[in-house]
Parts: sequence; C-alpha cells; structure tokens
Amino acid sequence: MRILIVGGGTGGTIVANNLARRLAEEIRGGRVRLTMLSASDRHMYQPGLLYVAFGQMMPDELYRKQKSLLESSIDFHVDPVEEFMLDQNRVRTAGGRTHEYDVMVIATGSRIVPHEIPGLEEGAETFYSEAGAIKMFKALRQFQEGTVAIVVGVPHKCPIAPVEVTFALHDYFVARGIRDKVHIKYHYPIGRIHTIENVAKWAVPEFERMGIETETLFNIREVDPKHQVVHSEEGTETHYDLLIAIPPHRGMEVIETQKLGTGGWIPTDRNQLTMEGHDNVYVVGDTTNLPVSKTGSAAHFEAEVVAQNIASLVKIGAPVCEYDGKVYCFIETGHNSATYAMFNYENPPQLKTPNKAMHWFKTSYNKMYWTSVRGLL
Amino acid sequence: MNEVKTIDARNTFCPGPLMELITYMRQAEVGDTLELLSTDAGTANDVPEWVKKVGHELISSEQVEGVWHLKVRKAK
Repeated sequence: MRILIVGGGTGGTIVANNLARRLAEEIRGGRVRLTMLSASDRHMYQPGLLYVAFGQMMPDELYRKQKSLLESSIDFHVDPVEEFMLDQNRVRTAGGRTHEYDVMVIATGSRIVPHEIPGLEEGAETFYSEAGAIKMFKALRQFQEGTVAIVVGVPHKCPIAPVEVTFALHDYFVARGIRDKVHIKYHYPIGRIHTIENVAKWAVPEFERMGIETETLFNIREVDPKHQVVHSEEGTETHYDLLIAIPPHRGMEVIETQKLGTGGWIPTDRNQLTMEGHDNVYVVGDTTNLPVSKTGSAAHFEAEVVAQNIASLVKIGAPVCEYDGKVYCFIETGHNSATYAMFNYENPPQLKTPNKAMHWFKTSYNKMYWTSVRGLL
Repeated sequence: MNEVKTIDARNTFCPGPLMELITYMRQAEVGDTLELLSTDAGTANDVPEWVKKVGHELISSEQVEGVWHLKVRKAK
C-alpha cells in the first residue's frame, strides 16, 4: 500500500511517525511505502511565537530540521503538491514529480491573510509569524504610554491566543513599571469575551481585576493607520496607540486553487476524518472544515486517530476508531501562571484555577513538543 | 435564488456556532443565505443579536428536535 502524507506540520508529522511505527514490519517487507511531501525542510513550533513577541524565546528555538523529526523509514521530500488528481489517486508536485497513492493524508495547514482587512498589515502588530513576532517585541519595547488595542480576525488559529496575549501584555507592562500609563482594550468578535463560555466567565473578573476594558461584537472592518483608528463591521471604532491583531486565516492556497474546499478548508467527516466523497483521503489539523479549534492539539489527536485507522486498514481492512473532537489547550494567564481547557464534541471544558505548576508544565512542553511530534509522547 | 449553504456547528464548543457563522459569512457573497445548525442554547439569542448589530438579515430561527436552525442572509 502506498501512503502519501501531504504536509509536514504537527498533524502530518505525527501521522507519519505513528504509521512508521505501527507498520514497521510492513514497511521493512516492502508491502507499505510511506512518503511525505512538505513545503519546507524546517518544522516550526508555532506556539513559541507568543514568547518571541515578549522576548522570552529566541526565534531559533522554534525550529528543527524536519528530516530529524521523522522515522528513517519515511521517504521525505521537500516538494510541495501543486495539483491534486483525486480521481486518479495521484498528485503532481512543484518539482514536476508525480506521486501515486492508495491512501492520502492532507495536512497542509493554514496561513494568515492580514491583507484581507484594509490597513491591518500596515497598522497592526501580530505574532503569527517569526518576522511579526520580532517586530511586535520591538514595538512593545519602545512603547511608553497610551492605549493598546487587541483585535481578533475570523477565523483564526489558536483560539486561546487573544486572552493569552492580553494577560501577557498586562504582566509585561507591570514588569516594566508602566502599567498605570497603559490602557489595554480587548475586542472580540462575538457577544462575550471568549468563544468558550467557561473561559469567558472566568476571564471577565480577571480582566476587571487587571483594569482591562472590553468590547464584544467587534469584527475588524478596517484599520486606519494614519489616524490610528480601528473600525468594526458593527459600526464602532477604537483609537489606539499600539494595535495588536490576531490575523484572519485561510487554508493553504493550493487547497483553494485546486477547489478542494472554500476558504482552503476541506469538507471533512467529523468522526472518520475522511474527505467528503473520498474515503481514501484523510484530512488532519487546520486543513479540515470541522468546527474544531485550529490548534496543534486538535491536529495531534486527529493524527493519532487517522494513523490508527490507516494502520488497521493495512492490517485488517477496516478502520477501528473515530475522532471525538478532543482538544487540550494550555492557557497562559500571564508570565507566571497557567491553566488548561480540555473538551470534545460532547463535553465542554471545565477550567481549573490558574497556578504556577501549569505554567511550568507549559514551559516544559515548549521543549517536550519535539518529543511529542516524533510520536513518543 | 442562490443555494442555501448549511453550516453544521452542532456539538462544538470552540470555535462555537457564532464564530463559525462569521467565518462563513466572510466567505459568502452579498445576497447569499446561510443556515446555521447549533445545539448551543445561547445561539438563539447570540446570533440574532450579532446579525442585527452588523446589519445582515435573519430570515428564520426555529428549534427542531433539539437543534437550532437559523437562516441568515448576507446583506452587505
């Protein structure tokens, strides 16, 4: 069986390593071939960008060579797919090669599209790229007083990031001794301050205690960098001295140009994780159109289900498990405490009181990620 | 008449039904109608509140066998 994995991010890498172990015997015997196609020879630990934005991690700490993360039995190529020929079970790459498959996993991820909101690129700082995180840190260092506005594009990866960056900003300005000169205003797209109801209930008194102003039902329409004003679709506006944006996202361009899914999100069965209409194509991570958080955690749990099912297809000819919507997200509540949210399709998260131990766990996980993505944790 | 696109946001806590609707409204054309399916009890209030404030049009809202069905037309 020829198994093709398209994408070398969290989801694709975990699927590949998990399969390489489950099917080690079959791969050695030549009955299974495992191939990964990726756009990059490097793998980024994206949650680390938040720390880069506050000078707590250096960018080079976020990268490993992709090849070093993969089991040696995986045939890895830096050669992104340009054309999906689903009816022929083959893809064509940027390098002009054709790869045929019996089973394919698409895990191409998502991309930020700040240019879709007028003025956002010019007017806002963001930490969703290495360059952006460094630029944001330098802007923070120079900031002395005024209003810091946090705005949120839709959809976005890492749904907990808006509250995390807000808590981090509060602690950052406290540490610099200028918190009394900085007004923090948090804006959020829906009618409460976080989409997870229990996170919203918990964060409201925390924000009040920290003196953080909030405005809900605020979807960014445009930014006017000249006058330092951000306007909402709902007709309101906020003046800022420093604007921090969670940029809107789309799936990868190739998914859109190949018409696999509107917005770059592929229609996916929420339990089997197969592409609608294509039972031999699995979709993992941000690439799905599922109403599930676009996080490394969701990609991780989905990847384990997909790998287990592909392995069982090889061994017994049938899938054996389903994805239940499981997500586990750390929530940094400043520079010294954290909590977490764990939930699935049926059970909402129940938040625990933030504490230092969870912050240390998250800090440790920033290193342990490399073990996790190798499929060892 | 344009085809009604259905957004299945049943049993989701994050990103949640309204965030899903906003995502698909960004992708839709003016005049398109979207139908949101939700099992979240708050949807019946949250969605109309947002639709009214942003200036879209709520066509219908009904609960059928525990699932909210809300049809919204993109007006701008």
